[in-house]
Amino acid sequence: MKEIVPENGISRRSFLKTSSVSTAALIIGIASPWDLKASIQQDRTPKSVNPFPAWIRIEENGHVTLMAPRPDMGEGTLTSLPMIVAEELEVEWSTVTVEPAPVNQSVYGKQSLGGSGSITGSWQLLRQVGASARVMLIAGAAAQWNVDKDSCYAEKANVIHRPTGRKIAYGELIKKDLSSYVPLLASVPLKKSEDFKIIGKPTHKVELPAKVTGKAAFGIDVTVPGMLYAVVARCPAFGGKLVTFDATKAKAIPGVREVFAIDPVPPHTVGGIAVVADSTWQAIKGREALSIEWDSGPNGKDSSESIHAQFVSLAQKEGKVLRNDGNAPSVIDSAAKKIEATYELPFQAHATMEPLNCTAHVQPDKVEIWAATQAPDYGAGQVARIAGVPFNPQSIVFHPQLIGGGFGRRYQMDFVIEATQVSKAVGKPVKLTWTREDDMQHDFYRPASYHHMSASIDGSGRVNAWRHRVLSTSIRQYFNQSIPTPEAQEMDGAINVPYTIDNIRVEYACPQTGVPRAWWRSVADSFNGFAVESFIDELAAAAGKDPLEFRFSLLDKSKFKGKKRDDIADYDRLKNVLKLAAEKGNWGKQMPKGQGRGIAAHFSFDTYVAYVAEVTVSSNGNLKVDRVTAAVDCGQIVNPDGVKAMVEGAIVYGLSAASKDKITIAEGRVQQNNFDDYRVLRINEMPVVDVNLVASTENPTGMGEPGVPPIAPAVTNAIFAATGKRIRTLPITSQYLKSA
Amino acid sequence: MSSITLNINNKSYAVDLDAETPLLWVLRDTIGLTGTKFGCGAGLCGACTVVIDGTATRSCQAPVSSVAGKPIMTIEGLSPDWSHPLQQAWIEEDVPQCGYCQSGQIMSAAALLAKTSKPTDADIDRAMGGNICRCGTYQRIRRAIHRAASPPSKSAELVLINQFRGGTK
Repeated sequence: MKEIVPENGISRRSFLKTSSVSTAALIIGIASPWDLKASIQQDRTPKSVNPFPAWIRIEENGHVTLMAPRPDMGEGTLTSLPMIVAEELEVEWSTVTVEPAPVNQSVYGKQSLGGSGSITGSWQLLRQVGASARVMLIAGAAAQWNVDKDSCYAEKANVIHRPTGRKIAYGELIKKDLSSYVPLLASVPLKKSEDFKIIGKPTHKVELPAKVTGKAAFGIDVTVPGMLYAVVARCPAFGGKLVTFDATKAKAIPGVREVFAIDPVPPHTVGGIAVVADSTWQAIKGREALSIEWDSGPNGKDSSESIHAQFVSLAQKEGKVLRNDGNAPSVIDSAAKKIEATYELPFQAHATMEPLNCTAHVQPDKVEIWAATQAPDYGAGQVARIAGVPFNPQSIVFHPQLIGGGFGRRYQMDFVIEATQVSKAVGKPVKLTWTREDDMQHDFYRPASYHHMSASIDGSGRVNAWRHRVLSTSIRQYFNQSIPTPEAQEMDGAINVPYTIDNIRVEYACPQTGVPRAWWRSVADSFNGFAVESFIDELAAAAGKDPLEFRFSLLDKSKFKGKKRDDIADYDRLKNVLKLAAEKGNWGKQMPKGQGRGIAAHFSFDTYVAYVAEVTVSSNGNLKVDRVTAAVDCGQIVNPDGVKAMVEGAIVYGLSAASKDKITIAEGRVQQNNFDDYRVLRINEMPVVDVNLVASTENPTGMGEPGVPPIAPAVTNAIFAATGKRIRTLPITSQYLKSA
Repeated sequence: MSSITLNINNKSYAVDLDAETPLLWVLRDTIGLTGTKFGCGAGLCGACTVVIDGTATRSCQAPVSSVAGKPIMTIEGLSPDWSHPLQQAWIEEDVPQCGYCQSGQIMSAAALLAKTSKPTDADIDRAMGGNICRCGTYQRIRRAIHRAASPPSKSAELVLINQFRGGTK
């Protein structure tokens, strides 16, 4: 089957009927520039000219195949994105086959997963694509029957003439050239939400059979003829370098073929020594036999303590003022009732279940890459740079694989760059695998952060001033030391604190460290959400008010005198999820001694999530989160079961970070190695999770991340209710709770 | 190097390799049964779980010489399609998200059900505590095990067909 690829822009849509093969096909593609500058931020807001393309392939036998334009890391995009096309196309979901689209930005546009933006970013375009095909098929039928197209409608892959009941199948219609009926994408009529038959219905993920039989091919499962296996030894200290190594013993291990140094590619990779063998295990044994001398470099003295000391010191001084409604400092200084608190959150690892890996085959004229990555389009650009081949789909053939967990980690390309380097050096296809220890020690961690907060309460018990000084190891500064705006990705959830307080000041300051950090599920909202929702709970207690009622009193638009901001939550929607979680979560009902209920809500990625958590704290300090009642408003829901799964998962991910282990630094390196010293939540610690969804016809909003921020404060607020003990440092430890 | 005969999913495989090689890497790199996953290499996460002689075993910790001749069942041996009650239940409950840990989860559950046909929640916690899922599918895993142990009396016909083309081996 041939494809016609429009050269530029949405105005040059194409339609193709190939008569040379039995599969006639309807293809709609929209071009977008082959763009290197893919970034998570760009993904958050749908563009007026949407960069996401989609396809529909209808065969003469009536079979419909829908392309899934983005990979899937467990959030269900292989199902939810094609569901949107199927809805507008008027086909039955159970008859559709889904096919992952290959990587080719000039045809498919942006194909990455990030910023909870897959559905948000693709919603409008996928509807337009499905609707365009429907309009063309209807027009084709009307022409065949010589009737007015407005007297026809589409249903179950047929076009029906309303007055006569005549009908014709899509498979028949595509035998004729429909290209003269291409509508204007921007004005194509879309279905009314009350007519949705697929969108909004709980739908099984399409790839489940593959995932319960072991047949699902993740990146790590790729085999290529003639492939060798590699691991890399990396300097444990960040920013360190190789002094010398001796590979004599490594080369004596059976199966080990080559051992050589690879260069660092800062800020992405640290370089190291590649061991290439006939199997993964032989490569691992070979690496163990290496004798290496490292220079720990300029960050060799970094430690968790030294970073903490910077936090404490910076917290004493005014930071960069980023929001200044009224005059919070003077109101707080002169207040009769002043409340202060500091919160601290550590580095956290992503720890995806599938260890990082990539299979690369660097050939003289092209490079083939098989990788589980959140950003194959961005990865292709990195590969071109490293391999020294042109950046186009002919030279870089990228085969995206099913992704065994991403959470932001697989937006980085370090493992892809390394595999490209190793394959280039040996001239053969190579599968590079990271061990769990590699993953734990060389992550791009969730930034460590520290929050100095103060507020004042007036005589009527109302908060009249709020000051939040955010300190965090900036993501942007890791990638660009001299960036003038290190705060750019650190403020979400803090700068747009939703509460209607007359005087608000939000500041930022940045400590220095060589520890790599980047996007971790919900990014800055994960730490700012904890600080804000913990402190608001402290203020409620100080004011002697019920935490839910207290929040309601501060979500009153009419009382807000500060500057208007467009990144602030819709108060009604935020209140609505709080109310729903409270109702379903038995808010206000008495609990036995040692048990408590806490509430928290957070607005992020344009989605509203509220939790009521119930906990039991035993006399020896053991914490059990018994139940979490969730209320979620993510606008129009595409797959309700998928939304529930995302919330369940976000609770587990957030609870692991809040109540299990942390990443600590000593002598410039990470101290944790595996799931014994970086423990995560297990099944026996799983709370009962009850997810309640708000029905809405607003545009759909993000779901991968927004469930993470409110879980930690809901649980710590519940601990306060149970024990009177405030948790201001994460993770929660039983030692601390025991002393309660 | 040693010559070792393995009995995997009722099929015999002769392999010639270092006797200390973990079964995991023999399954994946030598035999090509990649349904069994590498997760931690230290017996901590359960992604590599297979059933040997009826017992859930971390294949990353089992030297291949120690399992020679013993009946080994991997996820590929559970059913030729996805007809095993656990696989059906896993689909009905939409358990997998990324799905990477699920081979190991299902094999741990298979060993549990073989010994305890009607497990309690406490039985499930004990049997499944060694299997980590970072996507957080634990609640659904619990439901799916209960469902597989007690299928609804009027077994709802599973209408799901394989709608996904690609991404499989």
